[in-house]
Amino acid sequence: MSTSAIIMMLIAMLILWGGLAIAIWNISRYQGEEPQEVHRDL
Amino acid sequence: MTAAVEHTEEHRGAFSSRKVFILAAIGSAVGLGNIWRFPYVAYENGGGAFMIPYLVALLTAGLPFLLLDYGLGHRYRGSAPLAFRRAAPASEGLGWWQVGICFVIAVYYAAVIAWAARYAFFSLDKAWGDDPEAFLFGSYLQAGDPGIGLDFVSGVTVPLVLVWVAVLAIMALGVQKGIGASSVVFIPVLFVAFIALVGVSLTLDGAAVGLDALFTPDWGALTETSVWIAAFGQIFFSLSVGFGIMITYASYVGRRSDMTGSGLVVGFANSGFELLAGIGVFAALGFMATAAGTGVDEVATDGLGLAFIAFPAIINEAPFGALIGVLFFGSLVIAGVTSLVSVIEVVISAVRDKFEMTRVGASMAVGIPAAVISITLLGTTTGVFVLDIVDHFINRFGILVVAVASMLAMSWVFKKTGLLREHLNRDGSIHLGRWWQWLVGIVAPAALTFILVNEFIDNIREPYEDYPTWMLNTLGWGLAVAVLVLGFVAARLPWRDNTFLGDPEIKSRQDERSN
Repeated sequence: MSTSAIIMMLIAMLILWGGLAIAIWNISRYQGEEPQEVHRDL
Repeated sequence: MTAAVEHTEEHRGAFSSRKVFILAAIGSAVGLGNIWRFPYVAYENGGGAFMIPYLVALLTAGLPFLLLDYGLGHRYRGSAPLAFRRAAPASEGLGWWQVGICFVIAVYYAAVIAWAARYAFFSLDKAWGDDPEAFLFGSYLQAGDPGIGLDFVSGVTVPLVLVWVAVLAIMALGVQKGIGASSVVFIPVLFVAFIALVGVSLTLDGAAVGLDALFTPDWGALTETSVWIAAFGQIFFSLSVGFGIMITYASYVGRRSDMTGSGLVVGFANSGFELLAGIGVFAALGFMATAAGTGVDEVATDGLGLAFIAFPAIINEAPFGALIGVLFFGSLVIAGVTSLVSVIEVVISAVRDKFEMTRVGASMAVGIPAAVISITLLGTTTGVFVLDIVDHFINRFGILVVAVASMLAMSWVFKKTGLLREHLNRDGSIHLGRWWQWLVGIVAPAALTFILVNEFIDNIREPYEDYPTWMLNTLGWGLAVAVLVLGFVAARLPWRDNTFLGDPEIKSRQDERSN
């Protein structure tokens, strides 16, 4: 692989997979409120 | 919460937690297009440099539009027609238009899953022999001349029936026990299977040649309009936005959930999977090119050609070919089923809301006709032509048009984006400023309109794939117009007396004050 291809692959991984990791970290520290009601889906 | 709203919510069902919702939404977004479309689009449009327009499209159009859908579904707590109706009575037709599009997509999408399931078994003994293309159109699909016939092909019909039985079982089990529970199992399995596929692909001779072709940047491509159109188109089609799925799923999430944070996870998971798919697919194509002594440009392709012709050729030559086949086609089946479930849920949810039907009743009322049409049209020797035309037209002149129409209607006609921004910000971990309204009111519709106009001109100038005119006019243009007309006709049907048609959020606040 050429150097430019390796660099672009690493940048894409860093941004997309790193972005996913940050997004998961963000929601994990912000729990919010889970539904309390019973949804019977009748 | 008022008795009427509470009654409706109890009956509609819901995801048991935000995690289940996120997995279901990822299951919907990650579909066949992530695996067989993104790698080729990226390769053809600048390689590594494509990441720049791709990220711009994700951040300025994809994620903002996803959050608009989330806002609509989450605030108005209904299927697409009910959510639009509650937002503004005159917009209900937009919801039914989306429902019609989803019904059409479900009919043909199931067929591709059936083919992939059959090919997973073909992989074990390489049943396609030395000429996968001849096998696909000859021995397997037995494709004749374009038209609509009733010569059934058992090798397609049997797996297609099984796909529909499985999907209807999931739908009948309901939002949590069916859609939610299957997503909790399928999505981790899909990611593990695809990571294993990438791992095997990277060990093949020539994998680096394929990755080099995919990631070497062509910076000059960034000056071409077509590259930016491709990026916005890929993000739009890949995220499952604009045709009711995310509205429906968001209506099943707890009232105080963090929707902006969830949207970010779904958006990046979808794009992250596309990158993984690009690496796996191009590593395999690099092997194929090296084995054949040609360049990657000679073997690179997308869609059905990639899945059912190129990959069988790779499986023929590669060590662990059967393993690669099972992982690849198994991933297509799982990604397809979780997406199909989300597409058909848009229709079932709308029918339930409008006619107050039971979950099982609505699943059968929608699923059985869809399955019968699907098997009749796609299980035959002419099925591949029907699929190709319907897919081409409904994506462009169905989904794209309704997406632009709904964004413009909510932003400029009914002016609901300010209210939805407030709603999303109330419990959202990521604060949306006024910029979000500009993105969904101006940037995203402008980009999609540009794509739409280009597609319209191309399809008028040159009829699609030289199919007979009557087929293009009925299954293509005719069907795209029919779902629009039928959508606004369906909106004229009255709601049941006890269906609450106001804003559930306002009603809840009024009740809390009076209590």
